[in-house]
Amino acid sequence: MTQRTRNWLLLAPAGTWFLVMLIIPLTVVLIFSFGERAPAGGVVPAFTLEQYANLPARWAAFKNTMTLAPIGTLSALVIAYPLAYFLAVKVDPKWRTILLVLVIVPFWTSILIRSYAWIFLLGGRGIPALLGWFGIEGVRLINTPFAVLVGIIYGYLPLMVFPIYVSLDKLDKKLLEASSDLGAKPWRTFLQITLPLSIPGIATGCMLVFILLMGEYLIPAMLGGGKVFFVGNALVDLFLQSRNWAYGSAVAVTLVVVMLVTVTIYMRLINRLGANRDDVSIM
Amino acid sequence: MEIRGYIGDASPVNNMVIAELRGVSKRFGDVLAASDLNLSIAEGEFLSFLGPSGCGKTTALRILAGFEVPTEGEVLLDGEVVNDLDAHHRPVNMVFQQYALFPHMTVAQNIGYGLRQRRPRLPKAQIAEKVSKALDVVQLSGFDDRKVWEMSGGQQQRVALARAIINEPKLLLLDEPMAALDRKLRKEMQIELQNLQRQLGITFVLVTHDQEEALSMSDRICVMKDGRIVQIGSPQELYDQPNSRYVAGFVGTSNFFDGKVTEQSGALISVLLSNGLSMQGKPVGKVETDQEVCISVRPEQINLSRNTDGLSVIVQNRIFLGEHTEYLVRHETLGEFLVLSPRQSEPDNGPFKAGDTLFASWEASAALVLDNT
Ligand SMILES: Nc1ncnc2c1ncn2[C@@H]1O[C@H](COP(=O)(O)OP(=O)(O)OP(=O)(O)O)[C@@H](O)[C@H]1O
Ligand SMILES: [Mg+2]
Repeated sequence: MTQRTRNWLLLAPAGTWFLVMLIIPLTVVLIFSFGERAPAGGVVPAFTLEQYANLPARWAAFKNTMTLAPIGTLSALVIAYPLAYFLAVKVDPKWRTILLVLVIVPFWTSILIRSYAWIFLLGGRGIPALLGWFGIEGVRLINTPFAVLVGIIYGYLPLMVFPIYVSLDKLDKKLLEASSDLGAKPWRTFLQITLPLSIPGIATGCMLVFILLMGEYLIPAMLGGGKVFFVGNALVDLFLQSRNWAYGSAVAVTLVVVMLVTVTIYMRLINRLGANRDDVSIM
Repeated sequence: MEIRGYIGDASPVNNMVIAELRGVSKRFGDVLAASDLNLSIAEGEFLSFLGPSGCGKTTALRILAGFEVPTEGEVLLDGEVVNDLDAHHRPVNMVFQQYALFPHMTVAQNIGYGLRQRRPRLPKAQIAEKVSKALDVVQLSGFDDRKVWEMSGGQQQRVALARAIINEPKLLLLDEPMAALDRKLRKEMQIELQNLQRQLGITFVLVTHDQEEALSMSDRICVMKDGRIVQIGSPQELYDQPNSRYVAGFVGTSNFFDGKVTEQSGALISVLLSNGLSMQGKPVGKVETDQEVCISVRPEQINLSRNTDGLSVIVQNRIFLGEHTEYLVRHETLGEFLVLSPRQSEPDNGPFKAGDTLFASWEASAALVLDNT
């Protein structure tokens, strides 16, 4: 067997999977998006831009997704970074594994169940009732963008923590000592050494969370109560409820395009930031 | 190099004391990594910590740098106790074993790092000028914009050195800086480092487990064992008057014969060796009658000849070393020992060969009676 054949064999399973599960469905969706709605639901093949012309009707879903996804990503980053830093740099190594497991534990139960817990917490008898006790009346949390944001941060935190943790863990602690030795105060060491060297982790974490958030529908459905909905919710609605496949396909194609464009710009930025550094090129 | 006289104890003579350890101990859990270290470091001297792996050399250095707080005792810099002074406030810089260069910075950025931390800020032009001067000193001019990971091991080491000396520290601490270099490069760097120290007048504290390195570079050597300082002195002192078998064995090579003190007569001591022979030697320090001791004879102090005076030995092995020849010889009761013969002392009819029967002798004063630890 030549090296070449062997490489092809190694790639075959993933390649087949990729083709069947991604390329073909995407092509189908792309074709559908130029079609027309069949009277009984489904698609009549055609070539019309009608569905795309109709996109502004779903503007709210796009707006919500395009604001809450980046805000959620950044909020998760702001919360995850100190946690990852603590786990990788500060914690006594003998506690590290236990604490890392604790970060994943929530993943062991379904997001559905955990979201129900949040419905209760944010609902009338949860936190608002508690605030009422202290004389702060009339706070409404559930079915607001805030509730969705809370759910997002909660659900995606581990996904942000781990890549950052890995890059901070990889960081040679001698570099921090060297920086201190050369006269840098702790926060200057952080800004000049720790932060720049953890950019690969930050970049990976943000990318993961952002991409997944763009397609999120469960959290807005449960905590947004139909008031705060994402493109994902629009898709569920169009494909499963109104059975308007053609229009749904157009929305889906648009989402994919928006995602590709954003991610491309993002990667350009990151690569420029970490230009000439080999460890960022994993992106 | 200017020759400084040091007495063989913890205090250097003549020069200002710049750093001091007073009864310093450091404990990590159950491990006593440093135990009751007492040491004064003189301004401008080149001091080495020498000892085997795990003896606490790095710990001693890290205590001076401020990375470890001593469990007991005091660390003084310029006469002030600095136990609680953080590393970033100490006028001390370190060259790390694996260099610890910042991978996301260029060579010039690495070297200028210390200067950029100064408050009030130094003007950019001044930093640039000093960086280029430092690059010059370590012979890396023109490498300013290189990435550090593009540099060879030897070059990285120079960058690490430049990054430290640019700050003109009171103490420059070097933790086995040559360990990662190949033999030839190491020799070159040793000479360069010595030149640099002379040129800059900075006090160097070097950690090494390589006795040759310590002997060739240092003004004083501090021999360590199990977290303790065993002996401090100039290379000559340690070589000629080791205070224990450990030091004699660690600094240079020596032949050891175990025995017990039988009689002290004037300057010399009689020792009954465990194999039954009786031997005379010169004591280093105090010994008591009946004390377990060992006699140490340096290979180059032993004279080999075909004349029939001395111990009868048979040559086992011969290694030609250029100026010298090393013989491994065997005596019936003493066993094997090493002899180093200078070339000119060898007989005209060619060198001794394996299998030759010869006679070995040495001056009684060259046989040192040492504490057997
Ligand atoms: N942070 C630490 N935690 C626990 N034990 C430590 C720590 N640092 C050092 N030790 C222990 O202290 C002892 C001395 O270590 P140190 O690093 O000073 O030795 P060393 O002489 O520099 O050895 P080497 O030549 O191998 O570098 C060793 O037994 C080591 O295991
Ligand atoms: Mg060490």
